[in-house]
Amino acid sequence: MIQLRIDDTPVQAEPGETILEAARRAGIRIPTLCFLESLSPRGACRLCLVEIRNWNGRLVPSCATPAQEGLDVVAHSEKLAALRRTILELLFAERNHICAFCVSSGHCELQDLATELGMDHVTFPYRFPALPLDASHPKFGLDHNRCVLCGRCVRACAEVEGAFTWGFSGRGVETLVEPDLGGPWAQSPTCTGCGKCVQACPVGALFEKGKATSEQVKRPEILAEVTERRPRA
Amino acid sequence: MPKVRLATVWFSGCSGCHMSFLDLDERLIELAGKAELVYSPIVDIKEYPDDVDVLLVEGAVGNTEHLHLLREMREKTKLVVAFGDCAVTGNVPSLRNPIPREEVLRAVYGEGEVPGLEEGAVPKLLPQALPLHAVVRVDRFVPGCPPSADRIWKFLQGLLAGRRPELVGADLRFG
Repeated sequence: MIQLRIDDTPVQAEPGETILEAARRAGIRIPTLCFLESLSPRGACRLCLVEIRNWNGRLVPSCATPAQEGLDVVAHSEKLAALRRTILELLFAERNHICAFCVSSGHCELQDLATELGMDHVTFPYRFPALPLDASHPKFGLDHNRCVLCGRCVRACAEVEGAFTWGFSGRGVETLVEPDLGGPWAQSPTCTGCGKCVQACPVGALFEKGKATSEQVKRPEILAEVTERRPRA
Repeated sequence: MPKVRLATVWFSGCSGCHMSFLDLDERLIELAGKAELVYSPIVDIKEYPDDVDVLLVEGAVGNTEHLHLLREMREKTKLVVAFGDCAVTGNVPSLRNPIPREEVLRAVYGEGEVPGLEEGAVPKLLPQALPLHAVVRVDRFVPGCPPSADRIWKFLQGLLAGRRPELVGADLRFG
């Protein structure tokens, strides 16, 4: 076992485990958004940043950093809280994340994080980009206005369903999650219509048609349930 | 102890936050013992008075009248509160923000005379509906669409008692 410290608490980790996994087992909550159990870590959102005291205070994403012998990890401090709030504010400012008219309001990880991290307003100017909505699929919809580019749909589709339908197009702030080489989604030759991407989506970017806001409850844990039942090599 | 001089105003919003304020019900009587309402859509006072202690602003800044009034209010007010999601984020009125101003107005009014396109009897529409803090310094933020009466009461009680922050946890929820 690897011995490390998280928030001055001695914690043990199995070889290969990340700092986030070790923290969770020790009951230390670190906020996450792009991380989803059973999918490969991506380190895309940076909300799970922790500070490593004995690496000169370096900031690393805990979801993608292996636990190592003797690490002295700070998971909660005023500085980290301020950094996480800033990251959230940037996410909110980037696209049109307006809770009052979102299908996922009340069941949204971004909305919950804002509450958890005490974000009462966004200090950055909102970009208000004009973004499309793909409602071509008979069962599901894709609203780019709500997307945080966490890539959970991309990884769920590739790693659990094996269809590789979703991918990123464009660069930087112009990046879009798109099926195959571009939509519409209904014409995708690779999509199996399984809906794993929708369950994996933490926000209202991917949603089920015909469901009201109060019914739009996602089950991201379904991906871990599916993979755990599979026979192992 | 002198009463707190309280004001409220309604910009680009649906009046839902004011309705929620009125949902304070019998707590309004307690509030009336501590605060005097010196300007509001629900009282008949035309001019914004001097020396206001607390101003609750519902709605986004959507036109030039809101812009000028808000700046004047800021100067005459100790504590400006962004009251509800429209004032805090732009919210529903900001749905039009990705669309050019003239296109929005033409879609609504058609060809010919369009109110709000230029300064006139109707104030000119701003290119985008903005949250308050994009225009003036804002002292407190009360999210919610609308904030519930319980949340408003919690906020006002905290404010009158001088506690900070007035709202934490689930009471900071947007939407």
